[in-house]
Amino acid sequence: MCGNCGCNAVEKPVEIHTHAHDHSHGHHDHHHPHDHEHHHHHNHDGNHSHAIDINQSIFAKNDRLAERNRGYFLAKDLFVINVVSSPGSGKTALLERTIEQLKNKLNSAVIVGDLKTDNDAQRLRKNNIPVAQITTGTLCHLDAEMVLNAARKLALDGVHLLIIENVGNLVCPAAYDLGEHKRIVLLSTTEGEDKPLKYPTMFKSADVVIINKIDIAEVVGFDRDSALENVKKMCPQAQIFELSARTGEGMESWLNYLQSQYQDIAFQAVITV
Amino acid sequence: MHEVAIMTETVAIANAAAERQNATKIVGLTMRIGAISGVVPEALSFAFEAVAGGTLAEQAQLIIETVPVTCYCAQCDRPFTPPDLFYECPLCSSLSQHILSGKEVELKSLEVI
Repeated sequence: MCGNCGCNAVEKPVEIHTHAHDHSHGHHDHHHPHDHEHHHHHNHDGNHSHAIDINQSIFAKNDRLAERNRGYFLAKDLFVINVVSSPGSGKTALLERTIEQLKNKLNSAVIVGDLKTDNDAQRLRKNNIPVAQITTGTLCHLDAEMVLNAARKLALDGVHLLIIENVGNLVCPAAYDLGEHKRIVLLSTTEGEDKPLKYPTMFKSADVVIINKIDIAEVVGFDRDSALENVKKMCPQAQIFELSARTGEGMESWLNYLQSQYQDIAFQAVITV
Repeated sequence: MHEVAIMTETVAIANAAAERQNATKIVGLTMRIGAISGVVPEALSFAFEAVAGGTLAEQAQLIIETVPVTCYCAQCDRPFTPPDLFYECPLCSSLSQHILSGKEVELKSLEVI
């Protein structure tokens, strides 16, 4: 939001030069119709300093690229999901089963982000689908530019569902729009029912929350009611699925969701054209 | 630690703006950070020290303004300030998913010479 008037116009840099010291031009006849303060300060060196208003979102560049990605995905008739979770919640296992069970209905492709190793990408390649690996090194999140570069390397013709497996991290990826249609936040029963309370920014940005590993919920003493209440209160906008990527329990409603979302995107693409 | 990535971008925007004004030095840099932005101000300050070196902002003072969360209640058609992380309207108790402010990560202004 704009710091001056409360509007939402922060996408473009607004520079209001409050006063130029170098008035070397002879015809100094311009007016200052704006009635805001002209800030002048002296620093310790005795030099004049002056203020420049910027009011620009630091994510403006990423957000622009993300919108561009969305257009690219729309043109390719792709439904795109961004899957985020802590390390070890079962993202890759969920994707393996999702891709396998959808294969006669939707063709999938995956972009995998990892700090190091391409183990996850290798696991997913066994499904004979296009997989692109992004190794981020020390970077804790994917951004829109990395996703576009990876997407361009994939053979996406005939693909319906593009899955972005983000870096295992519930903090940093929250801030980066990748151009996805839906953000899927995964949490597993081993992580405790208060997870949504610990990562509010991520959960508030979720379109879908998946509770994974329900097959071992009892063993690990997972309090289902409390977990569901926390998710519903923290992110009332999110659809919730409870499943086990290992046993397959609960997968059907998740798969139905993906198919119906793809239909909506495909329909949108038709009416947009 | 995406604060380093954020600060790198911030310093780049600041330097470009300062150069367009033919400034020789950035002495102050003010950011607005929303309470639900996921950005930790202390980590930002730490990152600033690391990335501002060798730029016009090397000796700048970083000022961080925190922006509180405000939400909009569609039932009551009014904005409200939630008391905690559950964005519950104090009048009708419905949960809001419409965040009006509190997600900002912005460079607000510079003080330059």
